Amino acid sequence: MTTTAVPATGAPASGAPGIARRTSGNRETWVALGFIFPTVFGFVVFYLWPSLRGLGLSLTDYRFFADTSFVGLANYQRLLGDETFWNAMGVTVWYVVLNIGFQTVLAIGVAVLLHRLTRSVVIRGLVLMPYLVANVVVALVWFWMLDAQIGILNQVLSWFGIGPISFFGSEAWAIPTIAFVNTWRHLGYTALLIFAGLVMIPRIFYEAAKIDGASEWQMFRRITLPLLRPVLALVLVITVVGSFQVFDTVAVTTAGGPADATRVIQYYIFDLAFQRLDYGYASAVSVVLLVVLSVIAFVQLRLMRANESDLS
Amino acid sequence: MVTVDTAAPSSRIPVREAGRPTPGRVLAWACLFVIIAITLFPFYWMLRTALSNGTVLATAGTSWLPVDFTWGAFRRVLGLATVEEAQAEGGTGAAVDFWVYLRNSVVVAGLITAGQVFFGALAAYAFARMRWPGRDTVFFVILIALMVPPIFTQLPNFLLMRDLGILNTYAAIVLPFLFMHPFAVFFLRQFFLGISHEIEEAARLDGAGHIRTFFRIIVPMSWGPITTLALLQYVQAWNEYFWPLLVGSERSVRTLTVALGVFRSQTPQGNPDWPGLMAATLIAALPVLLLFIAFGRKIVDSIGFSGIK
Repeated sequence: MTTTAVPATGAPASGAPGIARRTSGNRETWVALGFIFPTVFGFVVFYLWPSLRGLGLSLTDYRFFADTSFVGLANYQRLLGDETFWNAMGVTVWYVVLNIGFQTVLAIGVAVLLHRLTRSVVIRGLVLMPYLVANVVVALVWFWMLDAQIGILNQVLSWFGIGPISFFGSEAWAIPTIAFVNTWRHLGYTALLIFAGLVMIPRIFYEAAKIDGASEWQMFRRITLPLLRPVLALVLVITVVGSFQVFDTVAVTTAGGPADATRVIQYYIFDLAFQRLDYGYASAVSVVLLVVLSVIAFVQLRLMRANESDLS
Repeated sequence: MVTVDTAAPSSRIPVREAGRPTPGRVLAWACLFVIIAITLFPFYWMLRTALSNGTVLATAGTSWLPVDFTWGAFRRVLGLATVEEAQAEGGTGAAVDFWVYLRNSVVVAGLITAGQVFFGALAAYAFARMRWPGRDTVFFVILIALMVPPIFTQLPNFLLMRDLGILNTYAAIVLPFLFMHPFAVFFLRQFFLGISHEIEEAARLDGAGHIRTFFRIIVPMSWGPITTLALLQYVQAWNEYFWPLLVGSERSVRTLTVALGVFRSQTPQGNPDWPGLMAATLIAALPVLLLFIAFGRKIVDSIGFSGIK
């Protein structure tokens, strides 16, 4: 929420410096270029150049050790008929739907609870804790707790005569399980983002509603949700785009199995590039992923009118 | 922010009905406690398992306390146990090199954090407080990099590291993150924008140039946000898995996250050394958790939407 007004003493934020200050302006430009040089260097060498190179590679049959030739759009053509690719897309979308579904609903709930009940930093900190731990650690802990034989959850379920369920080992359960595990890790972070949005809603609305005798649920439906929309849109863009790139949890627990049931798109790209050494094709798939994510982000922001607030 | 404070001073925190427990509030607190319990339980279970004896773990799967309490798992992860000791408690007895991985993680995360914060602060200052042609365009272009999925740039970056002949070195793991992170630039720029111009003007009158102003005035004034950023970037670098897996899988430079993945894939399918694995994950998570205990408020407060109204 740091919006800055340009103070009267300063020059306009952009535009050329005044004539009287031309020499100092020139000098300022040189110093500024020095200041941004490392960042621009990093951007050009590790973002821009690889992006172009990735696009280029996707048009070749590059395979590490063999000769490379330009194949035009053949990789993209191959992709259309590649069942493993479509399966990976399907698996990933199913994962995203489950993950984002659980996570968003729960996070809104937790955020509202926090907002209505307490300002305690300790409680917010506790909720956030899983997010600070590496994906790999989270995956391993749940891999253990959900173990089919001696995992704690199956032991508890057996008291009720359920199971044992092979959470990571069965085709039906593997994706929902991974979606749940990552929901556990990201819930607190998402809730705190939404919480930050809730704090921005002026309290006067709630006080007025209360005077009019509105219930908590009515206030949530009529005040909280509509006013939260722009924040929610941004949260969804961030979480959906992140969710599409699920990799660590899969790599550590199921490695794509059983029978491709968890071969999510990023794992498929990794597999193509580094296990099957089909680098050109892997690049094409990653270009498609980039396009898909850009379209999703754009559509979401448009649909949810993220940049228009009803708060004004 | 508008607060209507008509009631007694006890309603300093509005919305809250000064401690009067209604059924709804009790239910709400109960929900929150359930959530917190689910959040914390796995951490407890990690510890409980890590302190158990692997050979008898299966006999008491739901025991709240460690099964046949032992420090053995930590000892074998840290390389303090002999092969016989390790095997007696369900370990494989293979060398673990945990200290090497720990050192690698510390070095890699430290270098990345130092680079991102230092270079990020320089760039943020130029974007926030200096006037030069093309400034806003350059800033916008760098922000776009935030949206690009990492794997898209990482496949070609892997080739770059290979071409440079630095695969399996610290340099390869660190370089793509070292010079810039869009978030670091964005985060500090927001803060620098808010600093009063008068302070800079005063420094200017005393004959200080931009470089001097930056190092002598802006940086000392900004220790708070700089520390916060450093914490966030350190945690992120510490937890990174995909890139170090690509370019640093060799033992000598393997980070903890990559090593954990390797442990897991090397454990026998039927009967993994769960206590050993949990001890390792706990130790891998520990530095971050300690930072969090020390600086939790900074991290919690940093989560929000700077710059978005």
